Formats: sequence, structure tokens, C-alpha cells
Amino acid sequence: MSKMATREAYGKALVEFGNRDDVVVLDADLSKSTMTAFFQKAYPDRHFNMGIAEGNMMSVAAGMSTCGKTAFASTFAIFAAERALEQVRNSICYPNLNVKVCATHSGITVGEDGASHQCIEDLATMRALPNMRVVQPCDAASTRAVIRAVMNTDGPFYVRLGRLAVEGVYGEYEDDIKFEIGKANTIREGSDITIIASGLMVQQSIAAVDMLKEKGINARLLDMHTIKPIDVAAIEKASTDTGAIVTVEEHNILGGLGGAVAEVLSETRPCILKRIGMKDEFGKSGKPEALLKLFNLTPENIVAAVEETLAKK
Amino acid sequence: MEQSTHLQLKLFAARMRKLIIEGVYSAQSGHPGGSLSSTEIFSYLYGEKLRVDPATPENPDRDRFVLSKGHCAPGLYAALSLRGFFDPCNIKDFRKCGSMLQGHPCRACIPGVDMSTGSLGQGISTAVGMAMMGKLDKKDYRVYSILGDGELQEGQVWEAFMSAAHYKLDNLTAFIDFNGLQIDGKTDDVMSLGSIEAKVSAFGWHMIPVDGHDFEAIEAAVSEAEKTKGKPTMIVAKTHKGKGVSFMEDQAGWHGKAPNQQEYEQAMAELDAALAELEVQA
Ligand SMILES: Cc1ncc(C[n+]2csc(CCOP(=O)(O)OP(=O)(O)O)c2C)c(N)n1
Ligand SMILES: [Mg+2]
Repeated sequence: MSKMATREAYGKALVEFGNRDDVVVLDADLSKSTMTAFFQKAYPDRHFNMGIAEGNMMSVAAGMSTCGKTAFASTFAIFAAERALEQVRNSICYPNLNVKVCATHSGITVGEDGASHQCIEDLATMRALPNMRVVQPCDAASTRAVIRAVMNTDGPFYVRLGRLAVEGVYGEYEDDIKFEIGKANTIREGSDITIIASGLMVQQSIAAVDMLKEKGINARLLDMHTIKPIDVAAIEKASTDTGAIVTVEEHNILGGLGGAVAEVLSETRPCILKRIGMKDEFGKSGKPEALLKLFNLTPENIVAAVEETLAKK
Repeated sequence: MEQSTHLQLKLFAARMRKLIIEGVYSAQSGHPGGSLSSTEIFSYLYGEKLRVDPATPENPDRDRFVLSKGHCAPGLYAALSLRGFFDPCNIKDFRKCGSMLQGHPCRACIPGVDMSTGSLGQGISTAVGMAMMGKLDKKDYRVYSILGDGELQEGQVWEAFMSAAHYKLDNLTAFIDFNGLQIDGKTDDVMSLGSIEAKVSAFGWHMIPVDGHDFEAIEAAVSEAEKTKGKPTMIVAKTHKGKGVSFMEDQAGWHGKAPNQQEYEQAMAELDAALAELEVQA
């Protein structure tokens, strides 16, 4: 299976499904990195480079959407979800407008640019906004499905995309897959423990599940691509069936996937929970693979966390 | 400017350019274009002007420098190392895991870096804060900053300009590296800025246009800034992005791209030749 970055799948999907008058795309001087450049080439009249001015871009997108448009606004996650946070809140979410904030270069696998560009708080900030839905596809095929779905669903969305080329989990880009926003996908069945992962951490967790199998541990793996609204039923079922949960995210362990799962468990069906992610610290410059090691986000780290959690079960 | 000073500054710039290419090549990522266009400005500041001392990088009386366009970290690191803040051989570890030389300037981990930057538009505001406290504390340090022309598209920049004029920050001197390019192409095509000179003046700054590769013009402008009372000074420096490496000059494509081995060798050959020529004169 060929590798493709979710940002590239995003750029392709915009072109594939964006051949309709209502779709407009905005970018902030990063169109070759966010890959909205593909859309610009295909439909130059409906692509707008807003320059290095992300706050303005978000509110402009909101204005466009009031004119019946489906607006996609893209930049790096750090600038979309944090620099322009208040514009996203007050211009897009409060009036509940049809704007899709599609942010690339999330997490530490941004790599060499370093902490200033490695967004590890966006799931938390975006999740906290009323009316906002938050989705993080893990591969090209699911990104295509997500972009098609959000284009056809009214209202604000935050789509979290990555820089790195990643293995397919569901297939190749062009494969039509079964995918429903808000419904976690079971990637591996298992009864000893459940790993709930999102984004690139799904691939890391698949490797971990295979290693665990060799040790005689049967782990269930859920791709929790939709962080909000989160799949409460799948989390409750995991708690009941397996009695232990490990969450894995390329994000601060505060407020993101681990936080969302903890909220569900503690209110309904408590079980032991371990959150893997950035431990409330900033990233660093380096090659993505080296950083995944440095910050303990490898399959080996997931295996160790699972064993530690099972011991407390 | 004395001839010997002029030559020293040219040597500083020639050495900086080599370090910039060295850093970006060994990292295989980073931003050569804007680092090379600001090289003379960095050289004048760190080779001549700034009252800073590597032995006491936290001295409260030192001049401050904020690289508002933080992606040009290779330029800042080259200048800091040539000024003695750390060994230039550190540049080879630029952007690598475990190196102090982060992809964008990091105040907490690099000696001599006065502010962490990288998110465009924020650095100039922090420079305003430093200049305001220079006034409050009645200190005579001066604050310098470099902005990109693309960076001017951020609204925060204009909020910073407004506040600097309001507080009459004549201890603040900023440079705009007016190279006409950003990532997606020419600033005029991506999001035109109109007349930068007129806008800066309208925001209440003393504005001086210069050739940003001409040390004498830079020096004259900086000393004019020192003599200007009651308002901050903006030096609008016309430059060429990628200056000094023939195939990078005025090319948007070299904004944030590392040379391959062949390109590296060609760049180094050009820069070595330029340096050798200056060394003969010295
Ligand atoms: C707030 C913010 N948005 C986007 C970026 C990504 N980015 C890095 S450099 C750059 C272009 C900068 O152009 P300019 O200011 O002209 O710099 P120069 O030409 O001197 O390199 C962009 C958009 C960023 N670093 N910060
Ligand atoms: Mg520029």
C-alpha cells in the first residue's frame, strides 16, 4: 500500500468533490503545504489566498458562508486553532456557520520546525467550542471520506491533518470505505484491554497490537477519528468488555482525546485509564521519527503502557 | 564608515552566508532565502552596533534584538555564533533532535536569543514591550527588530506599530526586509501591501528607505534613528531574497527549501570565492 499524507488526501479530495459552485477555499500563504494549491489549480476562481493573516481569514470565511457558501479555511493547525481561536469561536461557531477549518501540520511530526509550529493543543481548544465538531482522520482513504462528509454536512468542523506521509489503514486514497462521522471504527477486536487512538497514533497502535498479540495479550483497537461528538457507546462498551483503556494521541494528554474519553468514563462506566500523549510539555526540533521516540509515542511505548495498565486492572 | 570597519562587516556577512547554507544543508530543512536577504542587517547589528556581551547575555542594560520573522533563525544563529555567543560548529546540528538550535529561535534554550519567535507578527509586539520598559526603567538600551514584508500582512504587526508610535518609542528601531517575496509567491500577488513606506509613515513612525545590502546606508539610517526623538524608526530595507547564492536570488522557491548536495557545493563554491576575495583585501 502506498503512503500518503492526510494533507495530500485533503488537497485531492477538495478537487475531487469541490466541483460545485458553493465550495470556496481560503488559505494563508501556505497553499503548497496545506495542498489547497491543487484546488487553486483546478478552480482558481473559488480559491482565495488571504496572505499571512489567519484571524482575518477565519472571519472572512464566516462572511462567505453567510452567502450560501461552503467555506474551507486552511493553514497550519497552530495558526488555525490557536492564533485564530477567538475568530473561530465568535465568527464561525457562535453564529453556527458552514465553515470547515481544515488544519494541517498538527502534532509533533511537523518535525524540524520545532515547538513554535507543533500544535499539541488544538483538540482541546476546538473541542471546547460549542457547535464545533472535531475530526482527525488517520489515513488517505479516511481523509477522503471525511472531506466528502463535511462538505455535505452543514455547520462548523475542525479537521486535523498531518504533514507526514502515512500508511493506509482503510485502503488507498480512492477506495470507498465505510465511514461515519461520530462512530469509532474497530480496527482490531480484542477483550483484554482497549486502545483508543486517533490520527497517526492509529498506525502506531496497530503495530503495538500486533506486538501484544505475540505476548498473548488481545487488545481491541478503536480509531476514534471523531473527537467531538465522541462515540460514547463505543467507549462504554470498551469499558464493560475489556475493563481497561489506553488512549493514544499526538497531542497534549490534557484536554484532547484522553480527556474526552476520561470525561465519558468517569460519568458513566469508570475503568482504569492510561493516557499516552505529550505530557504537558512542548515539542522540539528533529526528524519526526526521532521525536516520536523522544516523546514516547512509539509502538514499544504503547505496549509498555498497556502492560502497566493491565497490571493495575 | 571607516574602510576597515566596512571590510570587517563584509567579512562578517560572507561568513554568515556560509554558515546559513551549512545549517540548512545539514538540517535538510529550514529557510535560506530570507536569512540571506537579511544578512547585511544582521551583520551590521551583531558585527558592529548591538551593545551585547556573550559573557553576560542576560545583562539588563544590554541592547535587545527580536527576530520577528523567526523562520530566519539560520541568519540569527550565524550572527550570534560569529559574535561569540556559541561555537559556530553548533550550526551543523541546526534543527536536529537534541540540538539547542531549534528550527525557530528559542529564548529558553539559546544564549543571546532575546525572544522565542516563529509565529509571524508576534515578535514586533514583544519588542514594543521591551522598549516600553526601557522607558519606564529609564534605561538607555535600544531595541532592534527585523520583520518580513509578508509578515506585514498580519494585523498584529499594525497593532504593534500603533502602540509603538503611541508610546513614542524612540528607543525602538525596526527593519522591514523588503524582498518582495513570501511562500506562495510575490507579496504583490499573494496579498498586496500597497506602499509600505506610506503605511509605516501614516502609523506615526519615522521611515527611512535603504538598500538593505549596503552597510553605509544601513549605518546612516541606524544613526538617524538614534537621533530621532519622540517616535520609533522603521528602516525599510530593499533586499534580494537568497542574496549571495546565484540560483537562490529572487526565487520564492528558496524560501524554505534545503539545497541538495550538488546545489550545496555550488552555493559553497560561490560563497567561498566571495569570502576569499574579501580576505585578500584584509
Ligand atoms: C502566523 C504565521 N503564519 C504563517 C507562518 C508560516 N510562514 C513562515 S514564513 C512565511 C512567509 C514569510 O514571508 P516574509 O515575511 O516576507 O519573510 P521573508 O521573505 O523575509 O523570508 C509564512 C507564511 C508563520 N510562521 N506564522
Ligand atoms: Mg519577504
